[in-house]
Amino acid sequence: MSIPNNLKYTKSHEWVHLEDDGTATIGITQHAQELLGDMVFVETPAVGRQLKQGDECAVVESVKAAADVYAPITGEVTAANEELTSAPEKINQDAYAAWLFRLKPANAADLEKLLDSTGYQKLLESEDH
Amino acid sequence: MTSPFFFLGHRSVKTTPLNQTHRDMNAKMVDFGGWDMPLHYGSQLDEHHKVRSDAGMFDVSHMLTLDIEGEGARAFLRQLVANNIDKLTQPGKALYSCMLNPDGGVIDDLIIYFLTESHFRMVVNAGTADKDMAWMLLQRDRIAPGLEITPRRDLAMIAVQGPHARDKVWQVLPGSQVDTENLKLFQAAFFDRYFIARTGYTGEDGFEITLPAADAASFWNKLHAAGVTPAGLGARDTLRLEAGMNLYGQDMDETINPLEAGLGWTVDLKSERDFIGKQALLTQPVTQQLIGLVLLDRGILRSHQKVVTPKDEGKGEITSGGFSPTLNQSIALARLPLAVSPGDEVQVVVRDKQLKAKVVKYPFVRNGKILV
Repeated sequence: MSIPNNLKYTKSHEWVHLEDDGTATIGITQHAQELLGDMVFVETPAVGRQLKQGDECAVVESVKAAADVYAPITGEVTAANEELTSAPEKINQDAYAAWLFRLKPANAADLEKLLDSTGYQKLLESEDH
Repeated sequence: MTSPFFFLGHRSVKTTPLNQTHRDMNAKMVDFGGWDMPLHYGSQLDEHHKVRSDAGMFDVSHMLTLDIEGEGARAFLRQLVANNIDKLTQPGKALYSCMLNPDGGVIDDLIIYFLTESHFRMVVNAGTADKDMAWMLLQRDRIAPGLEITPRRDLAMIAVQGPHARDKVWQVLPGSQVDTENLKLFQAAFFDRYFIARTGYTGEDGFEITLPAADAASFWNKLHAAGVTPAGLGARDTLRLEAGMNLYGQDMDETINPLEAGLGWTVDLKSERDFIGKQALLTQPVTQQLIGLVLLDRGILRSHQKVVTPKDEGKGEITSGGFSPTLNQSIALARLPLAVSPGDEVQVVVRDKQLKAKVVKYPFVRNGKILV
């Protein structure tokens, strides 16, 4: 299972990448993608929306099920990946390239509270019993 | 991210004779009503398209074959099921029917094959098999105590479906073509150890083949070598939804009358014959219908979503919904008030939104062609 060590992770299987400009890019993990199977629908949050950590802010739907995506940290949506609207299968092809949205973090320190790759690996091992 | 997974854990998981074969082919396995079954072998969408355009195969050994043997088998079935067993006059002919409870609710939907006057074969759903068996034994003791009803867990069943399915089977079973090429839909014949029926659950041509469990893996592997794509329960569900075929437990159950589940065509109320549930069907008013929906807005229809009809004629609900790979949009079967007709526009409640959908007659797809 690929778990890049330059990303942060949530217990609900989102990944977060801190960009050079201080924004955070968010997607769902390879593990989440594998669980869901072929993606057929993506709904991203509106740019400008204020999100609190834990808010339901995006939806990914596969042939099998609908899944809510939660805001990993508090902040304002600065961009959404419109490309996924017409090509949701990009998540299956490369879950770490197919980002869903970007946030301007309200508090940069929030990122530090997320799981690192080792922590996420441990989480997956504990779920896979 | 969270997702509602439908397949709940069970204490003892049952396996089919092809379980190891699926695992060897890297299937994603899921618990399906207590059975450890393949959901897909990589991509559910690819498997779906292969069945529509070429040939795919499904392990359906979790379904239960029952042999009903002895004198009075026909008389027993005449009372047991809602369709008229007397439509079966030719050996090998099959009949799709509901088995009803006295209130007219559907205990199960099933297929009955007429082999001889003293031997009928029935195939029932996996999840309902124990309940069906108990009900049938109870009715057997009342109607025809001498009959033997034998569950055939010694058999496996493989459905080979798609426009090239029959050719592939003939390639793999030399000599079988002569015995099976003239079978019409819903007819079956024995070839050697194989019981070959021209039936299916995909809306495509093909065979459902019952064979000894011990032969299942080698037959499966030969089909695979002949170019038949293994397909899982995921593709099976999207294919049957496009084909407008009911799924027990979703589109009907013991609380639903078959006339309100789109199954009126399988219920014989014309003949004098009495059957379990008939009185209830004759006296209950029919107020709902099963009908098709095609989503016009972006999104995915799912079972249990509420449907708001144009004049708000009453409650409506999606019974089976999903993404249609052939239409490349979302479709559903929905139970709606009788006043709704094809061409109407309805609203479906999806999370916090109302999405527009068009009411259509189903099937959505048959033999590779889009019909809506």
